[in-house]
Amino acid sequence: MPAYPIEIILNRQLADCLSMPVFITDTEGHLIFYNEPAEKLLGTRFEETGEMNVETWGTIFKQKDEAGKELPPGELPLVKTLRDRYPYHKTFWIESMQGKSERISVTSYPIIGRAGTFLGAVAIFWEAKDV
Amino acid sequence: MKISIRGVRGSIPTTSPETAHYGGNTSCSVVQEDGCMLVLDGGSGMQKFNLLQDTAVKRVDILLTHLHLDHILGLGFFNPFFDPSMDVHIWGPRSRMSSLHSRLSRYLSPPLFPVLLRDLPCKLTLHDIENSSFDIGPFHIESRYVIHPGPTVGFRVQGKHSVFTYIPDHEPMLGAKEFPADKRWISGIDLAQGADLLLHDSQYSSLEYEYRRGWGHSSMDHAAKFAGLAGVKHLLLAHHDPSHSDTDLDDLLADLKKRNNYSFNYELAAEGMVIELP
Repeated sequence: MPAYPIEIILNRQLADCLSMPVFITDTEGHLIFYNEPAEKLLGTRFEETGEMNVETWGTIFKQKDEAGKELPPGELPLVKTLRDRYPYHKTFWIESMQGKSERISVTSYPIIGRAGTFLGAVAIFWEAKDV
Repeated sequence: MKISIRGVRGSIPTTSPETAHYGGNTSCSVVQEDGCMLVLDGGSGMQKFNLLQDTAVKRVDILLTHLHLDHILGLGFFNPFFDPSMDVHIWGPRSRMSSLHSRLSRYLSPPLFPVLLRDLPCKLTLHDIENSSFDIGPFHIESRYVIHPGPTVGFRVQGKHSVFTYIPDHEPMLGAKEFPADKRWISGIDLAQGADLLLHDSQYSSLEYEYRRGWGHSSMDHAAKFAGLAGVKHLLLAHHDPSHSDTDLDDLLADLKKRNNYSFNYELAAEGMVIELP
């Protein structure tokens, strides 16, 4: 299997150094890396799961809006970034498979490499804070 | 495939009796096979050979890993540029901001250099490359972006029977605690996989690296581990720090050998070294 482009590798190396949960996907939305803080959110370890296809990791959380209504996947920042290749941000509620609810803010951005090629996307999860 | 090492020093040329053995000229290597010549990087090592002595050679290809000064310093003194009968091709990494011609012209123009790139009498062709594959004579070449400040590539040169990989400036361990078990996450690994010969950045000692993270270079330990993971047969440790004397380099290599038992052959690259691959 060929190595990932350095733009993806550098995003992982940055994520490795951060204390915020970071998820990195390929262009199809398959989860190719998540860092240690993200492991706590997912309840799984990257070393154990390895990469996850979009069907698997897309069902780990249930997303709800501020009114408690289920959010369609198409409204999630990362899904929009993968579709539009544009950064997005949104605050919403997630419920893990263990039934734990958390209000989070998600910022996502596309990885457009040196050659101008779309290579994947990054989502950073924050504990939501009213500002 | 014949590989001639013309310059192995990093950052800036050094001239002193203390660096005479490994050499003080900056990055340049020449690869030849079947009368075809590739010049890898145009550091000050480039000035040392007079191509015009070999009248049979009418085309030369210069492959630049990046445009930091220690890799282009010798270009202005490369005599084929000044021969109207020569066909010179320069291959260098693409930038989204400006063309290779425009970026090279910053150096090859007044006040830094008296002759403009466009006024060189040779037939000059520039090629912007990225993660590219291309053929020159008997060589198949792969270029890949590698971790180093600014657009920088490494090269995998496949000859008729052997592979030479050239990554003189590279910091694959940037931000990483250790090399990941999954090799797809290692910068440059595709270029070096199973190479017969790898010339790789090893500018620092492990201690020096701690103070120079992010400067774009590797320690000797990192270079050796990288070569081991890539399964290369022979490693040339290069891009020697300008502050390292010959004795310092010998001591660093001795220390590396004392602490490790790599199965492949590894040694310090030295100016004037010639390696023939089958």
